[in-house]
Amino acid sequence: MHAEPTAVLKILSDPTRRAIFERLSKDGEMTVHALTDPSGVSQPAISKHLAALKLVGLVHGRRDGRETYYSAEPKALAPLIDWINFYSSFWNNRFDRLEDLLKRMDQ
Amino acid sequence: MMQTMMQATDTKTLIVEREMPHSLEKIWRALTQGPLIEEWLMKNDFKPVVGHRFDLRADWGVVNCQVLTVEPNQALSYAWEAMGLKSVVTWTLTATSTGTHLRMEQSGFRPEQQQAYEGAKYGWQKFFAALERVVGGLS
Repeated sequence: MHAEPTAVLKILSDPTRRAIFERLSKDGEMTVHALTDPSGVSQPAISKHLAALKLVGLVHGRRDGRETYYSAEPKALAPLIDWINFYSSFWNNRFDRLEDLLKRMDQ
Repeated sequence: MMQTMMQATDTKTLIVEREMPHSLEKIWRALTQGPLIEEWLMKNDFKPVVGHRFDLRADWGVVNCQVLTVEPNQALSYAWEAMGLKSVVTWTLTATSTGTHLRMEQSGFRPEQQQAYEGAKYGWQKFFAALERVVGGLS
């Protein structure tokens, strides 16, 4: 199941949430404490951000004893991926490069 | 010029086309010779032989391709599979009074979630930079 693209974008429009999501994506599962330490953001604030990320499925929480371990769910980015848009800019860029090459081939 | 259209089969086709002041033969060379393809498209092991399988390598990933049509100076098409997208890229060259009309058609964009899901699995890291720009534009 996927959240609405706009909901996912709204959640990620906050730089702190984006940083949390990226960190979980890179470093794997983490507790709120581990996430709080280097960030300079308070633990309640981190918890709030995690709840927002969980709401749209970007983050998953696993409870183990008294700790909850959070991990990223990059698949939740799926609704944002628009191949037509991606390839529109891709091909236009490549057509430019092709034209440059053709000019050079004149020599 | 650029357009997209919806096909009866419910897949979308992306079309990019341009007038170029160059001969058919010259453009054909740029589309079909490996070292030239690398200069404007991607690193490759392309051969203009129907059935030949080749890879295109970009910084955002590898595209698995297979040559489908080779009509010298007229048309070239290959299957284009990357990050969960299965599509076909078709090049059509038409002579004009000033050179060549070059048309690229990429067909097979499905609206299904599955495709985006696969793409997300493979491509999301590269995608993040682009996402940041989109998100930045929202606020």
